[in-house]
Amino acid sequence: MSAEAATAAQVRSFVAGRKRRTHLGFLILALVVILSVVVALTSGPIAIPPQRLWALARSTFDGQSSGQSSPGLARDALVLFNIRLPRIVLALLLGAALGVSGALMQGLFRNPLADPGIAGISSGAALAAALMIVLGHHITGVDAALMQTVVMPLAAFLGGLIATMFLYGIATREGQTSVATMLLAGIALAALAMACIGLLIFISDDRQLRDITFWTLGSLGGANWQKVSVVAPMVTLLLGAMPFLARGMNALSMGGAAAFHLGVPVQIIKTVCIVLVALAVGVSVAAAGTIGFVGIVVPHLLRLAIGADYRALLPMSAMAGAALLVIADAIARTIVAPADLPIGILTALIGGPFFLWLLLRRNRNIDL
Amino acid sequence: MTALVSARSLSYAIGGKTLVDDVSLDLEAGLLTAILGPNGAGKTTLLRMLTGELKPTIGSVRMGDETLHTIPAWRLATRRAVMTQATSVTFPFTCYEVVRIAMQSPRRKAASASAMDDTVVEAMAVADVLHLADRFYHTLSGGEQQRVQFARAVCQLKSSAQFGMPQVLYLDEPTSNLDLRHQLMLIAAARTLATAGLAVCAILHDVNLACSHVDRIVMMKSGRAVASGRPAAIVDRSTVRNVFDVDILVCEPPPAGTPYVLPFTQRPG
Repeated sequence: MSAEAATAAQVRSFVAGRKRRTHLGFLILALVVILSVVVALTSGPIAIPPQRLWALARSTFDGQSSGQSSPGLARDALVLFNIRLPRIVLALLLGAALGVSGALMQGLFRNPLADPGIAGISSGAALAAALMIVLGHHITGVDAALMQTVVMPLAAFLGGLIATMFLYGIATREGQTSVATMLLAGIALAALAMACIGLLIFISDDRQLRDITFWTLGSLGGANWQKVSVVAPMVTLLLGAMPFLARGMNALSMGGAAAFHLGVPVQIIKTVCIVLVALAVGVSVAAAGTIGFVGIVVPHLLRLAIGADYRALLPMSAMAGAALLVIADAIARTIVAPADLPIGILTALIGGPFFLWLLLRRNRNIDL
Repeated sequence: MTALVSARSLSYAIGGKTLVDDVSLDLEAGLLTAILGPNGAGKTTLLRMLTGELKPTIGSVRMGDETLHTIPAWRLATRRAVMTQATSVTFPFTCYEVVRIAMQSPRRKAASASAMDDTVVEAMAVADVLHLADRFYHTLSGGEQQRVQFARAVCQLKSSAQFGMPQVLYLDEPTSNLDLRHQLMLIAAARTLATAGLAVCAILHDVNLACSHVDRIVMMKSGRAVASGRPAAIVDRSTVRNVFDVDILVCEPPPAGTPYVLPFTQRPG
């Protein structure tokens, strides 16, 4: 009996230790997010030192800055509020959306290799975007500027959504969605989309080919407050559903039947998950093209660090994804300034070796 | 005595094949019921209908005064827990987390965190898995995983005891991977739960384990319930011969009145 009491005490201290570790993790991530935003605000073709940020913030909150502010301060304010800040906010939103979506799709498909685009969003969006780049002028008849800012993002969003709805429809029989069917149908659809994109590339001219390539690599270059206002509601919806989804995802990791036995409304969780991810990733892809890597690796790294419990994993994926994208974008717009390096190149360049290093450093194999 | 769960003429057919054929069954509070039968007899399909996972093709299951499939999942989960044959868990969850998931379904009223931790520890002690709390579930042996799942099911019921509803525990071959000591431990734990007022229903393969520990046996063959009653009343040479196609000797070691079978030869053809 006393042995059991001793074991119980050990278990309690182990649980308390895990909790402390999780709290510490949240604290560290919060600091990383804040730090990355500050670094991103201060760096760029026009350097704005941190103390200048402080002065700007104070003058904004005081309200009457017009009288005594120097012309330099006014210029910095312009750069910050019209160029840098919307871009950083967009990066935060997209990073959070990609991180959370990755974790959710991995949970839903019970597969650590699932990424945010697994439910057809990426293939549908890429096909729609390529279609608009190559044939958009003939189909819609709008000029190039309108095409870039409105028509193409809209088409990408709709293309992703339609592909997801199609897969969801195929995989749902008598009110039950089979994630395995969805995964397989998704592979078929992706192959089909790739073939169609290949056809479009085949008939495209050099400029269109370049546009397609750049879109596939992703960029936050076109960020403005208007884009932020479109993306923000969708991402907020996804982030708001995290507490509800986290509990369901924990149970789903034991399989659909076990989750039902535990009282989880399995079909509702699946539907909510797929719809919210399709919306959030859909607008993200429409705003910045496809940005790979974040959605797969961020949740995986966090699982190694703090464990698999979705109640901590989802919010942490949002924070880490946001910080990663803000930093990557800051590098993307400074490293070859005044040009912009596609951010997808950077996320893979930073993340890939880091991930490999992490795997090599461990002295035992990881069981997925 | 009124039945907690009452199944009337359940049939389940899929793809033109009838897996369960006209089975009726009552589960009563305080009783341990075992379902016995050869592979493919429809035991698991029957259990899946009783748990609400499958809707019977014909017939219905009532729980209390409600029809089972009209009870929403979250409310059902406060009244019955299920331990399935083998449960794999994706991603590195610790055993402690696996057991605690039992208390996380949406809409469950949140008890205080420390009270929840107490319930988890209590359930893990019942299944003798406290020492595995910090281990990753997917690294355990099959038997250890089974015990963790048993703890998870117990935790689910203990944490919903506050609602004061009568509860049912379903176990699908709970002892299939367990060593001798833990087989007896699990059956004893199930007995303790039954004594506390639960109805327990388990699919078992060990006829002797069933004979010596359960209150009632339902024998299934080819989707039909061919015999049901107290072990001493139904476990005899002809029934076992009919159900399992094996010849047995029924022995009676002490305690007297408990049948004990020794399978010794497969019946030809």
